[in-house]
Amino acid sequence: MPKVKSLEDLNKLRQQAQQDLKVREKAGTQIIIGMGTCGIAAGARETLHAILDELARRELAANVTTVGCIGMCTEEPLVDIVQPGQDRITYGHLTADRVARLVEEHLVNGRVVREWVVGQIAPSGN
Amino acid sequence: MRELALHLLDVAQNALEAGATRLAIEIEEDLAADRLTISVVDNGRGMDAELLAKVRDPFTTTRTTRRVGLGIPLLTAAAERCNGKVEIASQPGQGTAVMATFQHSHIDRAPLGDVAGTLVTAILAKPELELTYRHRVGEREFVFSAAELREQLGDVPLNLGPVIQWVREYLSENIAALYETDETNASPTSNVESQDE
Ligand SMILES: Nc1ncnc2c1ncn2[C@@H]1O[C@H](COP(=O)(O)OP(=O)(O)OP(=O)(O)O)[C@@H](O)[C@H]1O
Ligand SMILES: [Mg+2]
Repeated sequence: MPKVKSLEDLNKLRQQAQQDLKVREKAGTQIIIGMGTCGIAAGARETLHAILDELARRELAANVTTVGCIGMCTEEPLVDIVQPGQDRITYGHLTADRVARLVEEHLVNGRVVREWVVGQIAPSGN
Repeated sequence: MRELALHLLDVAQNALEAGATRLAIEIEEDLAADRLTISVVDNGRGMDAELLAKVRDPFTTTRTTRRVGLGIPLLTAAAERCNGKVEIASQPGQGTAVMATFQHSHIDRAPLGDVAGTLVTAILAKPELELTYRHRVGEREFVFSAAELREQLGDVPLNLGPVIQWVREYLSENIAALYETDETNASPTSNVESQDE
């Protein structure tokens, strides 16, 4: 019988997390994954987990969340990246295998991956 | 869909879009009766009798982004292919209960798949969601409650990177443990359903 994680392990994690929380509040990157039926069928859940893994591997902080169908079903999986003062970028066909490059270029190098962009909105107040 | 866990995510997504703040998910694998039941109960806005009567029709949707709704029809087709069915009960203003049954051993039944991944996705969709999960396999049972987790975490949110990674491992390990055969069991490979992606 392998040792299964228990809720008590959480205490250690909690202390560590309180540190990370400060980092994240400063970072302010939001990553939003479309999770309607078409997104799910196209692999959006796997994309989401690939993003979580890649963020963890590179020790990057971002707020990862989901949204329902936005009507671009043929472009799924859809991933939006929102950063303060930057255009909101929507990427299409963002399957799990594209996540490593997306994170490296957009989040680490600050360069939009043009060939995958399907939408771009200027930040409000611009 | 290639996993029942993806159908489950889709049903959970309906509940979230209906404004649910509570979501109770149950999976029961009754091996003696050869039955697999997935039930999802939410406290969202619910459906009136008219909408409820039409909801299996793929042309029924209240979404404005697209003219067809696919989630419920796909789940219904999957269940009916496996000698099962989908039952939906709903009260406007109260909530909705969706129950899908499958013949457990049916050749066309998709594997359960990455249920932990689905639960984590629901948590990220709405970090303040009162999510409960109960999974029974024969005599074994695993119960999870996001509220209990939050109690342990204090002011640290559930959707923080390292926390959500921990939750995912916690869930997949505990779900996988439901399928472990005893050392005394002569055939360790029978009836084990992999929870890996
Ligand atoms: N849990 C629920 N609570 C309230 N209404 C629901 C619920 N589940 C489904 N509905 C209603 O039934 C309709 C059809 O649902 P279905 O999942 O089949 O399609 P959809 O959600 O509209 O689109 P899709 O799932 O294809 O993205 C929804 O638009 C919604 O109005
Ligand atoms: Mg739906």
